[in-house]
Amino acid sequence: MSWSTFDTWIVVAGALCAVACALPGCFLVLRRMSMMGDAISHAVLPGLAAAFLLTGSRTSLVMFVGAAIVGVLTAVFTQWISRFGNVDRGAAMGIVFTTMFAVGLIMIVQAADRVDLDPGCVLYGALELTPLDTWRVAGLEFPRVVGVMAVITALNLGVIAILFKELRLSTFDPGLSDTLGFSSQLIHYLLMTMVAVTTVAAFEAVGSIIVIAMLIVPAATALLVTRRLVPMLVIACGAGVLAAAAGHWMAVAVPAWFGADATSSSGMMAVASGLIFALAWLFGPAGGLLAGIFHRPPDGRSITNNET
Amino acid sequence: MSPRGDAAGEGLSAHPSNVPLAIHDLTVAYHRKPVIWDVDLNIPEGKLVGIVGPNGAGKSTLIKACLDLIPKTSGEVAIYGKSYRSQRRMVGYVPQRESVDWDFPVSALDVVAMGTYRQLGWFKPVGRKQREAAMEALDQVGIAHLAKRQIRQLSGGQQQRVFLARALAQDARVYFMDEPFAAVDAATEEAIVRLLQALNERGKTCLVVHHDLATVSSYFDWLVLLNMRVVASGPTRETFTAANLEKTYGGQLNLIDDAVRALRNATD
Repeated sequence: MSWSTFDTWIVVAGALCAVACALPGCFLVLRRMSMMGDAISHAVLPGLAAAFLLTGSRTSLVMFVGAAIVGVLTAVFTQWISRFGNVDRGAAMGIVFTTMFAVGLIMIVQAADRVDLDPGCVLYGALELTPLDTWRVAGLEFPRVVGVMAVITALNLGVIAILFKELRLSTFDPGLSDTLGFSSQLIHYLLMTMVAVTTVAAFEAVGSIIVIAMLIVPAATALLVTRRLVPMLVIACGAGVLAAAAGHWMAVAVPAWFGADATSSSGMMAVASGLIFALAWLFGPAGGLLAGIFHRPPDGRSITNNET
Repeated sequence: MSPRGDAAGEGLSAHPSNVPLAIHDLTVAYHRKPVIWDVDLNIPEGKLVGIVGPNGAGKSTLIKACLDLIPKTSGEVAIYGKSYRSQRRMVGYVPQRESVDWDFPVSALDVVAMGTYRQLGWFKPVGRKQREAAMEALDQVGIAHLAKRQIRQLSGGQQQRVFLARALAQDARVYFMDEPFAAVDAATEEAIVRLLQALNERGKTCLVVHHDLATVSSYFDWLVLLNMRVVASGPTRETFTAANLEKTYGGQLNLIDDAVRALRNATD
């Protein structure tokens, strides 16, 4: 195969999406709220549609704000329904995001003749087309998606660096967090805002399904490799970047072996992150299958009780 | 509501600021069913306080309501004369061990250092001073050598000691402990008792939810018997009586037998 600047930009865009998603994704996985990314990335659809129908413009800023607001609302509604409706949080999430996704679909279909929003595009994104839409800043030309995702990645890195201690505390022990004066509710909504903004930004490039893979799979992979939080964040980002590069290569090279055309890069990136997860599951030193067979990790409950 | 009306309510203004915990007419209900009912309590400073009662008596609920972790249906709680919100720095909390995920990627030292977060405030990262304080607290509970372990790699007793060390690092004046003795080994039980005594010598007040009637009179000098309402509260010697235990555990025959046996052991 021949590698062009196009391919490089696609990998860079995919890798930035992966890193931007993996950072909040780690905290979602640790909070056992993996499905929240799923919920938010689906529920933003009516936000996208409403923003378009209200303003008639498809400029990304308007769509972005509309979707981000709806994303945060998803977290708020889920919280309300589970608290006041006395429903399990997973069920509440299911109620909110399926309803909102359905509303979004109806809005798109109803306005189909006026709206240039293709459901297929919403699900899978259009990563291959990203190098065509470029920005020029200070004489440098680069794809718009790369610019947007670089900003989002920097924002997420900044928030996590500044609020690292608060995020760790409220994720590990929300009760203590509250008694120490760090409102776990506030931090929860901050994280949800981060997830919403990130999924909306990444979703344009890689679609709503792949965003979920990028949020959760690298984080889950990292948790099989390490039991430390900072290395977990680094490894999750690394796994995401690796999946982006390997995924695009697989999308271009593998079908060519069979004389077929290149397939969806974002789809293959999700497949690649699944493969990396499988490797970590087999060989990961912290909870991997082989680690469990050959080197039983010290288990709290199996340590004799009078050891001091 | 008048300005500062919550803290200045009649029930609380009566309580002087040297009383670590004053509770007035506290009721907490889940789904309209009261769990604790009309609780009035005054705990004097510097006591080791056992909170004892049957399962479902509302012991944990009482602690959580004092710390604003669950909403109060009615009533007031004063920590050193003021509302909990303004007295947070005075209070240390040891939750039940099952309340957190022990697979979480943190080391014992990281968890203990969380006790220093309030002094740090928002945004400031954990520094050398906080790590040293955490190390000292781990040393006091006898597991400084396990500081770098991920918390799943500790035994149940060691995990409990990590929680206690974290409360120590908070450097509070009044400690709320939710069943620190639950399912720990003998060595840890001893370490917890030594720690409680050390805190007591420094004039701290500890409120401990406790289950084992056999050890009540040797561990605590003040006792709160709770079964939805406060059955009795006072010095252990006066409060730990067969009549009070029967009122607290009423109906649960084998528990009363246990209690009477414990009482007999205690008076021997």
